[in-house]
Amino acid sequence: MAKADDISIVIAGEAGQGIQSIEAMITIFAKKASYNVFATKEYMSRVRGGCNSTEIRIARGEVRASVDRIDILIPLTAESIPHLRERITDKTIIIGEKKIVAWESMTDVPFSAIAADSGGILYANTVAVGTLSAILKLDRSGCETSLRSFFAKKSQAIQDANSVAFNKGYERGTELSSLIDIDISTDPSVPEKIMITGADAIALGSIAGGCNYVCAYPMSPGTTVLTAMADYSKKFDIIVEQVEDEIGVANMAIGAWYAGAKALVTTSGGGFALMSEAVSLSGSLETPFVVHIAQRPGPATGLPTRTEQGDLNLAINAGHGDFLKVVLAPGDLEEGFNLARTAFDIADQYQSPVFILTDQYYVDTYYTTEQFKVGDSIPKSNVITTAADYKRYALAQANGTATVIADGISPRGIPGKGDGIVCVDSDEHTEAGYITEEKAVREAMVAKRLAKIEAVKKDIIQPTLYGDKDYKTLIVAWGSTKMPIIEALEVWGNSGIALLHFPWVYPLPEGIGKYMEQAHTCIAVEGNATGQFADLVEFNTGKRFDRRILKSDGYQFSVEELASKIGGKK
Amino acid sequence: MSVNPFDFGEKRDIAWCPGCGDFAIRNSLLAALQELGIERTKLVMVSGIGQAAKMPQYVNSSFFNGLHGRALPAATAIKAVASDLTVIAEGGDGDMYGEGGNHFLHAARRNPNITLFVHENMIYGLTKGQAAPTSRMGMQTPVQVSGVISEPVNPLALAISMNVGFVARAFSGDVEGTKEIMKRAILHQGFALVDIFQPCISFNKQNTFQWFKENTYKLESDYKADDRVAAFARALEENPFPLGVIYESNSRKPFEEMLAPYDSNKLPLRDREHSADLLRTVIKEKRS
Repeated sequence: MAKADDISIVIAGEAGQGIQSIEAMITIFAKKASYNVFATKEYMSRVRGGCNSTEIRIARGEVRASVDRIDILIPLTAESIPHLRERITDKTIIIGEKKIVAWESMTDVPFSAIAADSGGILYANTVAVGTLSAILKLDRSGCETSLRSFFAKKSQAIQDANSVAFNKGYERGTELSSLIDIDISTDPSVPEKIMITGADAIALGSIAGGCNYVCAYPMSPGTTVLTAMADYSKKFDIIVEQVEDEIGVANMAIGAWYAGAKALVTTSGGGFALMSEAVSLSGSLETPFVVHIAQRPGPATGLPTRTEQGDLNLAINAGHGDFLKVVLAPGDLEEGFNLARTAFDIADQYQSPVFILTDQYYVDTYYTTEQFKVGDSIPKSNVITTAADYKRYALAQANGTATVIADGISPRGIPGKGDGIVCVDSDEHTEAGYITEEKAVREAMVAKRLAKIEAVKKDIIQPTLYGDKDYKTLIVAWGSTKMPIIEALEVWGNSGIALLHFPWVYPLPEGIGKYMEQAHTCIAVEGNATGQFADLVEFNTGKRFDRRILKSDGYQFSVEELASKIGGKK
Repeated sequence: MSVNPFDFGEKRDIAWCPGCGDFAIRNSLLAALQELGIERTKLVMVSGIGQAAKMPQYVNSSFFNGLHGRALPAATAIKAVASDLTVIAEGGDGDMYGEGGNHFLHAARRNPNITLFVHENMIYGLTKGQAAPTSRMGMQTPVQVSGVISEPVNPLALAISMNVGFVARAFSGDVEGTKEIMKRAILHQGFALVDIFQPCISFNKQNTFQWFKENTYKLESDYKADDRVAAFARALEENPFPLGVIYESNSRKPFEEMLAPYDSNKLPLRDREHSADLLRTVIKEKRS
């Protein structure tokens, strides 16, 4: 046992076998028992069969990253063992049905046979939950209460059968408690904490930003946010529409913003690629546009259900022409909530496209965290009531000649609100919104759009430094690699090393050079094959990274992997 | 007649070729809008790209002139968010049936309460004379040098097959008739399609004003537009093509009225706001 107060449990099996329900029950039961909980999953792009796994960490302290280490493995199929062979050590306790898994050094608990005695083999997963609950020393009656509410929508008979199965499993687990000495103390702050996925954090943050229109074409892993928003749609008066294709999605969202809604689009790289022209439309119309891109490995269809940070270049280069684009990338749940809200504020304020870059790992991972802070009110669209002579692209008048207003932002009106009319055009346009080819107007409109790129600098969220302020080694990272790196630094001992993490990725914050100058060694860590963010930093600062730690196998970095690659002890 | 509020006070430089059918369509449209008494600030014209898609530039109202083929998704959202406004999408056959074909199909499915005017001149004008999805088989162009080999889209039959509740065909040469059809289309509660035959005097030497005159006929005065099967049969007729309201039915509820936020609250979505307290409660519920 590595740490008896920080347990890593992995459940593996085929799609459709019920891994998710075991995971859901264990995490709920553990949180109820005031433990901090973390869970993440990896799965194949198939609805049935194959081999998937989910990792649950239960600890006294906060755990927010995946580890390679498996303390307890529950394999539901024989294939589970080779699937996870690199992570199984002689310290891994394997518990399951020997008849199925056929692994020599495992502890045999015949879940199906026990379930058959409790009402049917359908309840085998609940037996496994019972066994695991006992090993984790979770309070039996507390678990039973939670079990009942988990199955509250099912019939009394099904609830009873689950209860019997759970208790039989629990009894078997009690007999196994000598296998592993678990001693996780509870954390009194856990009951007030929330437990949600990254997708849910993005959804709730969007609502906090005033989002009331969601459109999307289903695409893994972006669909997670679509589903979450659909779940909130009735409570919050949100229009949720599944559109015929991503091109329609993007144009619908921009139409919704034009009319006064705050629309969110959620997709993945391939879907976003189809939206490029609409990104440019948002730039020309100066109509806000917010897109959540849950990245998955490309090129093309790539690995549909796996993770990567490979769409940064796509996002910052999307759309022809010159105009402001903002890219945000959360590193933890709280950051996801806050940045989703920020995305709506920035898009609205600058009348420009804003992209939230997450990835499969981020949207599917969940853990216990503090309740998100909601302000006094939720902002409505930043629009004015128009006067009869309203001009959508008004430039300030100085000495009788049209000059570009300092920040490039003209007050935004919406049709039907006021005495004016609101004319927006994808062609180059006059202040009133009509097609023009006048050179002077063209130049003024180009300058207006460029002014916003300058103006946004005052709102850029600066990167955060984690670890030793007197670092000699500086790690630079963005988005979802944040928590694995932070835990890796803790393993490393935090001495002489720090992480500079960027939640605001583009336009790149200024002043990075001075962070890099202090370091003897600068290391870029990213989940893609080339180091897209490292390129961006090097291009903007003129500084070079000494090393790039990259990963493009479809999985998130584990803590051990990072600790070892950064050069510390394992 | 009084000054039309949808016309401009001053003369504007209109980019259409002199003699283009678009001028006549504009006259019908402006008259229809005025006669219906629509408030100028309560109308949004939505278009994509093309000669016909320039129409919003020449109507004194709010407009959203977006991307080629993409007027319908934008128009659908505008009506859903600002449900108190009149929303008209307008464009050419290439814009709506070619580049935007998928959106046309799905707008028919959704049935938003918007009106679609499509200028059908059977040719690409803005790009100077290539085949349109409505070009007749055999038509030779600088690109289709051996003649068009693909079957033309039949927008009316397509719309009727999708149960669009208002399907009509007009001819730009009949300004009065086109205006009357436009008025009925705008008043229809749901997605309404008016396909408007129009000669392209610069590029289409085959389907000329005279050709349209000779190859169309007006539906009989006792024609009943509520029979979908009979309407479908009319929609298949060619040379001559029928003009008039071919199909009309109020059996479908408009898209925006079916959206959950409008279940019990008719206030346009743009005028609503979220409750911070409710969001706090929802977040708190995530404890268990």
